Amino acid sequence: MNVQAVKAIYFNEMARTRKTLLQSIASPVISTVLYFIVFGSAIGSRIESVEGVEYGLFIVPGLVMLSLLTQSISNASFGIFFPKFTGTVYEIMSAPISSFEIVMGYVGAAATKSLIIGTIILITASFFVDLRIAHPVWMVLFLVMTCIAFSLFGFIIGLWADNFEKLQLIPLLVITPLVFLGGSFYSVNMLPEFWQKVTLLNPVLYLVSGFRWSFFEVSDVSVTLSLFMISGFLLACLFVVWLMFRTGYKLKQ
Amino acid sequence: MATQTSEAQDSQSIISIRGLTKVYKGGHEALKGIDLEIREGEILALLGPNGAGKTTLISSICGLVTPTAGSVTVGGHDIIRDYRATRSLIGLVPQELTLGAFDIVRDTVRFSRGLFGLAPDEDKLDGLLSDLSLLDKKTAMVSRLSGGMKRRVLIAKALAHEPRILFLDEPTAGVDVELRKDMWKLVEKLRQDGVTIILTTHYIEEAEEIADRVGVISDGRLLVIDDKASLMNSLGRKQLSVELKTGIDVLPESLKPFDLELSADGQRLTYTYETRSERTGITALLQAVSDAGLGLKDLNTHQSSLEEIFVNLVHSEDGKVKP
Ligand SMILES: Nc1ncnc2c1ncn2[C@@H]1O[C@H](COP(=O)(O)OP(=O)(O)OP(=O)(O)O)[C@@H](O)[C@H]1O
Ligand SMILES: [Mg+2]
Repeated sequence: MNVQAVKAIYFNEMARTRKTLLQSIASPVISTVLYFIVFGSAIGSRIESVEGVEYGLFIVPGLVMLSLLTQSISNASFGIFFPKFTGTVYEIMSAPISSFEIVMGYVGAAATKSLIIGTIILITASFFVDLRIAHPVWMVLFLVMTCIAFSLFGFIIGLWADNFEKLQLIPLLVITPLVFLGGSFYSVNMLPEFWQKVTLLNPVLYLVSGFRWSFFEVSDVSVTLSLFMISGFLLACLFVVWLMFRTGYKLKQ
Repeated sequence: MATQTSEAQDSQSIISIRGLTKVYKGGHEALKGIDLEIREGEILALLGPNGAGKTTLISSICGLVTPTAGSVTVGGHDIIRDYRATRSLIGLVPQELTLGAFDIVRDTVRFSRGLFGLAPDEDKLDGLLSDLSLLDKKTAMVSRLSGGMKRRVLIAKALAHEPRILFLDEPTAGVDVELRKDMWKLVEKLRQDGVTIILTTHYIEEAEEIADRVGVISDGRLLVIDDKASLMNSLGRKQLSVELKTGIDVLPESLKPFDLELSADGQRLTYTYETRSERTGITALLQAVSDAGLGLKDLNTHQSSLEEIFVNLVHSEDGKVKP
């Protein structure tokens, strides 16, 4: 295995992050604070509690997931889209490196950045609410798997997109609605029965539910099902990436 | 390195290309069965008009383009099955100035070395940058460099992993005389280190100046490849101009077989012959001229340059020089 190459890509990507450090950290922190002010304090004060959890606390896992998903996708998709756009991808294509190593470098870096952001959000949240984590190991497991799975998903979008519009399209049209409608800020039980059923089709629900369970031991669906779903999504993304590279998809003529 | 030679392979060749064909998605056949042996340590210049397939050929060898048919081995390894081995040997300077906008010179060269599997080496990096007169630009942002400087950075990136083979795709396009000289100095230095260099160019003088061998590609075919000297010998033609004392209006019947060209003013006859032929026919011609009663004022000969050979090759459809 070409370890040096994986390191080169990984640290190159992390350096790109470092150049925009302020923005990388400031934006999730600011949005988290805003969500707390709006949902936690303003609206939350009118909502007693959800499933026995104070509302301000209840939305923390959803907030983290919202940032993780959008950040993972945008980082990973940009990471591979940019060299394609500038043409510098020629170097990666001509290097003695396997597609798996390319993915490890790019996706590893994007997932690391998301993980850092997730941690920052949790720390920020702890200033507003009395955060408690019932199952820390599960929490970390969900966190890491989500970061990797959605960074892979972002990588696929970056490979697929051949212009900036396409790059923004999926996150905007698919991910954001799925996150908001996936029980990030409410419990599915608060919905009418019909919409509860519809929500069960939303994969993000399983993510948020499992993640929330690791904090408060309340969930909309069983935690095994959550784990199963996120693993399935991760494997599906891996498979698609493998297929894309096998056919030289949009990288090779 | 042990070279596992397949039957026909030159023992001294570092790259062998067999029947390489590339049909692009749109159906355009950019390479039509290229056979080529590139010798270890040589400088090979590939000449050819726009769209001839030079970049496609290089891209196929480097792994940027998937060949439709044919095979390529580099250092005895197949470029697809053994891509790690072959790509480690190769450095590529692309035709376009492709560099990340926010890269720092030092970082991007380091990145290249890492991609090719080598640990960072600060001394080697400084050495390389100083060879390319880039040392004072070490911490400069690539996007702020001039075009010529960017070209140097690309060369530094290609050389960062100390390749045995260097591809330069039109290295002197848009480059001033100074940098061109520097570049040839570098090429010469690399050649002394035993690096095999393949370059493409539109400038024939360039090929004439630095290459050991010259290949001409046109419309996806390798029309000819030969030592520069023997190419000029075998394909080169000489012209003999005969200046006449008194002009003539029509060519005398006795001179018709020589296929002469009469200038508009009737003062000069031009005779074209191939240098390789045993019998140039000059003696017979001069005899015939004097028999026809024409007085000679002056004689001079002119040898065709590589450029004329090139134009000739590309414009004759079957790739053979028309007599
Ligand atoms: N990605 C591509 N898809 C389709 N056709 C292509 C592609 N790249 C090149 N071609 C075509 O293949 C042919 C050979 O192109 P190539 O770039 O190899 O020529 P070249 O000899 O390098 O020309 P130049 O001197 O202009 O650089 C051209 O007709 C070109 O239009
Ligand atoms: Mg070209």
